[in-house]
Amino acid sequence: MSGPSSNYDPVEVTPLSPDEVTRMRDEAIAAINAAADLGQLKAARIAHAGDRAPLTLANSEIGALPPQARAEAGKRVGAARGAVRQALADRTTELEAERDQQVLLTETVDVTLPWDRRPAGARHPVTMAADRLSDVFVAMGYEVAEGPEVEAEWYNFDALNFPPDHPARESQDTLFVAGPKEAGDGSGDPGHSGVVLRTHTSPVQIRAMLSRPLPLYVVSPGRCFRADALDATHSPVFHQIECLAVDEGLTMADLRGVIQAFVDAMFGEGLRTRFRPDYFPFTEPSGDVSMECHVCRGASTRAGGEPCRVCRSQGWIEIAGCGMVNPRVLIACGIDPGRYTGFAFGLGIERTLMIGHGVTDIRDTTEGDVRFSRAFGTEI
Amino acid sequence: MKLPLSWLREYAPVESSVEVAEIAQRLTALKLEVESVELVGHDISGVVIARVLSIEELTEFKKPIRYCRMATEDGHELGHEGNFGVVCGATNFAVGDKVALATPGAVLPGGFEIGARKTYGKLSEGMICAADELGIGDDHSGILVLPAAAPLGADFVAYASLRDEVLDIAVTPDRGDCVSVRGVARELAIAYAVPFTDPADAGLPAHAGLGGDLGWVSSDVRAATIADPTACDRIVLRSVRGFQTGAATPLWMQVRLNRCGVRTVSLAVDVTNYLMLELGQPLHAFDNAKVTGTIEVRRGHPGERLETLDHVTRTLDPEDIVIADDSGAISLAGTMGGLSTEISDSTTDVLIEAAHFSPVGTAKMSRRHRLHSEASYRFERGVDRELPLRASAKAVAMLASLGSGTIVPGCQHAYVEVPPTRVSMAEDYPDRVAGVIYGLDTVTWRLRQLGCATEHDRATRVLTATAPSWRSDLNDPADLAEEVIRLEGYENVPVRRPRAFAGRGLTTRQRLRRAVGRGLAGAGYVEVLAAPFVSAADADALQLPPEDPRRQALALANPLSDDEPLLRTTLLPGLFRVLNRNVGRGFADAALFELGLVYLTRPGGRAVPPRLRVDRAPDFEELAALEAALPDQPLHVGLVLAGDRELPGWWGPGRHECWADAIEAARQIGEICQVKVDVRAEAQAPWHPGRCAAVFVQASDGSQQTEWLAGYAGELHPRVIQAFGLPARTSALELDMSTVLAAAERSGPVQAPVLSSYPLATQDVALIVDRAVPAADVEAALRAGAAAAGDGTLLEDVRLFDVYTGEQVGPGRKSLAYTLRFRAPDRTLTAAEVAEVRDAAVAAASERVGAELRTG
Ligand SMILES: [Zn+2]
Repeated sequence: MSGPSSNYDPVEVTPLSPDEVTRMRDEAIAAINAAADLGQLKAARIAHAGDRAPLTLANSEIGALPPQARAEAGKRVGAARGAVRQALADRTTELEAERDQQVLLTETVDVTLPWDRRPAGARHPVTMAADRLSDVFVAMGYEVAEGPEVEAEWYNFDALNFPPDHPARESQDTLFVAGPKEAGDGSGDPGHSGVVLRTHTSPVQIRAMLSRPLPLYVVSPGRCFRADALDATHSPVFHQIECLAVDEGLTMADLRGVIQAFVDAMFGEGLRTRFRPDYFPFTEPSGDVSMECHVCRGASTRAGGEPCRVCRSQGWIEIAGCGMVNPRVLIACGIDPGRYTGFAFGLGIERTLMIGHGVTDIRDTTEGDVRFSRAFGTEI
Repeated sequence: MKLPLSWLREYAPVESSVEVAEIAQRLTALKLEVESVELVGHDISGVVIARVLSIEELTEFKKPIRYCRMATEDGHELGHEGNFGVVCGATNFAVGDKVALATPGAVLPGGFEIGARKTYGKLSEGMICAADELGIGDDHSGILVLPAAAPLGADFVAYASLRDEVLDIAVTPDRGDCVSVRGVARELAIAYAVPFTDPADAGLPAHAGLGGDLGWVSSDVRAATIADPTACDRIVLRSVRGFQTGAATPLWMQVRLNRCGVRTVSLAVDVTNYLMLELGQPLHAFDNAKVTGTIEVRRGHPGERLETLDHVTRTLDPEDIVIADDSGAISLAGTMGGLSTEISDSTTDVLIEAAHFSPVGTAKMSRRHRLHSEASYRFERGVDRELPLRASAKAVAMLASLGSGTIVPGCQHAYVEVPPTRVSMAEDYPDRVAGVIYGLDTVTWRLRQLGCATEHDRATRVLTATAPSWRSDLNDPADLAEEVIRLEGYENVPVRRPRAFAGRGLTTRQRLRRAVGRGLAGAGYVEVLAAPFVSAADADALQLPPEDPRRQALALANPLSDDEPLLRTTLLPGLFRVLNRNVGRGFADAALFELGLVYLTRPGGRAVPPRLRVDRAPDFEELAALEAALPDQPLHVGLVLAGDRELPGWWGPGRHECWADAIEAARQIGEICQVKVDVRAEAQAPWHPGRCAAVFVQASDGSQQTEWLAGYAGELHPRVIQAFGLPARTSALELDMSTVLAAAERSGPVQAPVLSSYPLATQDVALIVDRAVPAADVEAALRAGAAAAGDGTLLEDVRLFDVYTGEQVGPGRKSLAYTLRFRAPDRTLTAAEVAEVRDAAVAAASERVGAELRTG
């Protein structure tokens, strides 16, 4: 603020006197700050900053002053108007914030309301488990091989070194497709059709060996069929996954390595595997693999240990059959067993769900109850 | 197979301090999986050997009741102190007999306690036991009468060796030798490095008894010949005269048979069963008096019939192997004997047959006649061809001594020479299979432990093993390698971490199949896996016309259920059943899908695949012949919807699913697979003829566009809904995913769009067309018209936003309102340019589908 001037006419320009300007400014700021809402603020703006407002009128009178007094008065009035504008802006911001706050408050909703307009979808846990198991092998460099479910006996049995009269070929184990009518021999012996619902995924191994270049690393998940009665642990329709490796110099030590890597990936690191001899026509030597129970880690077998439902307190869980590909199988696929060796490893997908996800009744996987699939969502 | 440990220990004397659990583990590690161990006889106490002093018949009751005075010590005779009274309901004993008496305080199997109690007006101080009450069989026809030599007062459990551990062993099908005490004991002896006594050599009658050495042939025994050496390569006959059929099977034999789960029948049958369990050699006992002429092993004659022991008259097959005498077939070889020569109460001359039949022959025969016996089980898996002379000798010796008969000296023995199997392998072959260095010494030692003879050629480093007669499963180097690795311990094979191999990951089809599953799940569909079996009635319920290829379903020869003998040609019936199950369980708003194979008969029917060899790879033609015999098995996707697609709630009403949802799913599948989907109205079962869309997929690989019919979608036919009992207005889709994926593969990689940042211009047009004109045709016309105007690229998108029918457009007409969006890649469009393209689009619609521009 500049000091009072000695060069003006106090009679003619009263409104421009320093006191008067100060008063007008203070009145205006007081009115602005007193406005309780944006409507009152608008009225205060018109009254104190509008065209008819005292400071506005005072400003227009500056021109009437003697030239030597104009600069002084102009400065004074300008400063006052500036202060009023600032007060207006500040109060506007304040009041707008208050108003917005109020609006948001009235728009409050109950965010806990459900929004279940569309029932959830899900993939089948068997499909997801097949994908996940496949991916473990894919990550080790295996490729996914597939084959038909209705299969020629040659692929399902003969090429896998099942002798022609192997018990597994009996109709109590295998579902046979009826032969063409004109080819029937009248005996009613279903074996003559030469076509079965595959009893395992192993025929895919044969197809892979016949059609893919060596070395060969494939994994084949798929649906299989047996003439079993449906109960809590057996289903005539079930799923298996098998891996097959054929390369130079593969040994049982490599087989054990793949099994251990698989167990590490599926059930976590640090579980031991147990390897025991078994018999399958298509592998020689053959074995079965158990892993240490991932739930109790053997605690259930020790004195005073809590019983374990997953391993039935055995400490070990049987997970797979495996073995070195029988050289006879390699020969049936045109592979020189003197140069190449192979191993194979297969397990039941439903069984992995039973082991890893607490499925206790295999019928849940076949009935299609939406609650079952939904519980597993879209990724397992 | 159940075997008592005491029997095994007789030939493999494992230290008695070794626990049965440990033995079970070792056997399991050797491939003889012990599935369970049952402790028997441990729950019996207080049963002693007693003598019957007197019997008083109590006649006032409906059944015979005896009151007996009993003694358990000498000197406690009648008239003296110490004897006591027992009430008994059996009558098969006499004064002076020794019996097993449960005294007051005794415990019988199952925790059954015996006390002194008043019954039938007498105080009964215990119970005289029958065999079943002692846990040795199911015989309850009378009480157990013991030999006179049984020591009075002795503990019966110790006397009869009732305390034992019974191992239940799952013998793998390759180990026929281990379906016997002999085979398992041999393995047990190896496991514990104890000397093995071969039961086939132990307990043979002295030469004097047989009249000479084992193979001494005598014409005193009925002659035997082999007509077909492929059916049988050895048969031995021996006989016993003066046999007492009433002779009882000794208690120790009864106990052992019972521990193995074999019932006691009669001495002759029990002896053959006992030796079969011990040696693995099935034996058959004929009543020699009922056999006529000479014995021949031959194939069945056409039309020949034989009544077997199970009283079934069987018509023989020319492939069947039979034992025949002059009257014809008298036994199904190695499977079941004939009724006409069965041992009976009056039998005095017993003819014992021990033979080696073809494994394949017996397997086929037992399958053909659905007759699976303990004998056929063993022959199928392979029996030691050197056993018949020994097993038959042991049999006649036992029958003679236990049945008070006389051995007819000598035997009849017909056989063909079968050379032993010799397998040669590189000396380090087992090492290379296992990935372990065992070394020649270990390999040789292990093979010899099994009974192999070995020769080693230093120059060629080839090891040759001659398999013992009981190991018909040792035919290949791999078999020998397994034996070595097994005996050295599978557990000792190291774990070698895998080396990464360069794989190519999932194929396009595999990735898309997963993506479709995820996409449908994301769209609210729940995946199910329905069983692929259907009934013949399903085709009718689906309203399929007679010529529809989906009626050509493959049938199963042995279906799981006679109601569903066919393989599905469509996923829908299975989905319908799952839908109904869910509705029945309270899930009426259901959207389900399945990705699975269907099985379609190839045009021209099916062929029977050739039986290909396995000693080389099939050639191209052979593989093609196999494929031709298989049905076409495309991957389908099916989907059903019922109830509300969107649920009602606080937001407002729900929305019932409809035909459009099913068709939308087809479009979504197309989007996931990056193929263009085109939808056209078409009537197709099982859909509502007016609410069914044919779904086409299109692929363009640059220059040319190809189109395939992928399937159908829409609302189901009301009659189909009724036939399957589905909720009203159920909608469904079924697409051939193989076709969709093939189109996807043909389509090449997705090309990125060019994004223009110039302003958008929009124009709305309402077009009035005949109600029958499909909206898709109108849109296609608009697009075609726009493509012909300007530089052909200005129309960015067309979107139908309203469909109106009513008075304002007139009867039989509808108004379709579209928003047209225009944009140029390089400039702001002028109003005149936009109008020109719009007019061209409308003009094309007018020309192609008779559309009128609606004004006002
Ligand atoms: Zn556990």
